[in-house]
Amino acid sequence: MMRPYRPKDNVQKKAYYTDRFWIAPRIPEEDVSQDKVYAADIEKIKAKFDIKKAYIQRGQLVVIIDPVINKELLFFLRDELGYDMLMELSAIDYLAQDGEFEVFYQLLSLSKRKRLRVKCRIKEDEAIESVNPVFRSADWSEREMYDMFGIKVNNHPYFKRILMPDDWVGYPLRKTYPLHGDEAAQWYEIDKIFGKEYREIVGPEIRDAAWIDKTDTEQFARYGHEVPKGAPYDSEPVKIDSFNEDAPLVETFDLKKSKIVDRDR
Amino acid sequence: MAQHQVNYAASGGLPVALTTVDKIVNWGRSNSLWALTYGLACCAIEMMASGASRYDFDRFGVIFRASPRQADVMIVAGTLTKKHAEFIRRLYDQMAEPKWVISMGSCANTGGMFNTYATVQGVDRVIPVDLYLPGCAPRPETLQYAVMLLQKKIRKQSIFQKQKPKRLV
Repeated sequence: MMRPYRPKDNVQKKAYYTDRFWIAPRIPEEDVSQDKVYAADIEKIKAKFDIKKAYIQRGQLVVIIDPVINKELLFFLRDELGYDMLMELSAIDYLAQDGEFEVFYQLLSLSKRKRLRVKCRIKEDEAIESVNPVFRSADWSEREMYDMFGIKVNNHPYFKRILMPDDWVGYPLRKTYPLHGDEAAQWYEIDKIFGKEYREIVGPEIRDAAWIDKTDTEQFARYGHEVPKGAPYDSEPVKIDSFNEDAPLVETFDLKKSKIVDRDR
Repeated sequence: MAQHQVNYAASGGLPVALTTVDKIVNWGRSNSLWALTYGLACCAIEMMASGASRYDFDRFGVIFRASPRQADVMIVAGTLTKKHAEFIRRLYDQMAEPKWVISMGSCANTGGMFNTYATVQGVDRVIPVDLYLPGCAPRPETLQYAVMLLQKKIRKQSIFQKQKPKRLV
């Protein structure tokens, strides 16, 4: 009774609908010299580090670097350039396109009122250095990055999953991970509580909201075709007496016909 | 001299009420359903409102307890995640017999709108459920009605019945 299952192995490669003439809009990349503060910053960065590319996008400076210098660069940005807050740290799955993850660090400078994004690309089997010594807020973000994408982080003080259980299989935010979970995820609670031999007793999850058990006579599955309770589902449906629709809902009050009992009260 | 001396012979019988063991035990059970505080998500807000003075569950004998060993009914109020599934089973096992379960809200009934990898698709996959309460979230009146229906169910039960083999374990 399930709907046909479409393989969701790789959502990036197989979109349901593709317009051959549609071009994904690119956010324009401006030159760093457009902004004085950013231009001064990038001069100082370039004097010390080897960066791949830098541009301004939506008024924010984006710096693309090699992943090996991430910690040193963030130290430099924090101490020398005043980018003293790590707002966000995560990754994007580009495995299907490029075989890589993009790890980004979104920084904010309160004194300059400027935002800066540091991006780097790592391969699936590569690890990245922890920036926990630079920003303490990276602790949980890096754990979440590992939990959701499986990106290993070196020299993290407490490196384990943060959202999913420790014995979870797979990394849910990867594009290849099915929304309804892989086999280990679908049977997770049964395997853990009762053991694998209970899979047959409990049965698979009902993921289809439109699923109806046609043999179910006690609930609302046979709405309009109800059979007596306990009777087999294919027996004769109960005839429900229809009520008189012509009868008026409100009768007009007739003083002469009516007997008023509390008139003198 | 006692002013209100009762003349048993004259007043039409002794002060004895006849009943069955079933009735009197179930009367006690159904009118003191101590519930386990099992708030998992937004349904917990409605459950707390039911316990507070406006809806006042105390008058049904429903008193929320924070220990499974003192509770008779588990009101599963909210989304059960797969990470939490083992703990709900453990708490259910720690409750003393007889025990009942109300599955409150769509998430607890079927997983609700969380048709995802991380949500248990109905708590009845993990623990046996006596009463499914639909709604997202059910209002306190609805939970009140569910408790009344559970009371009705308890009053129909025989106290001597064998513990039915549960579907799981």
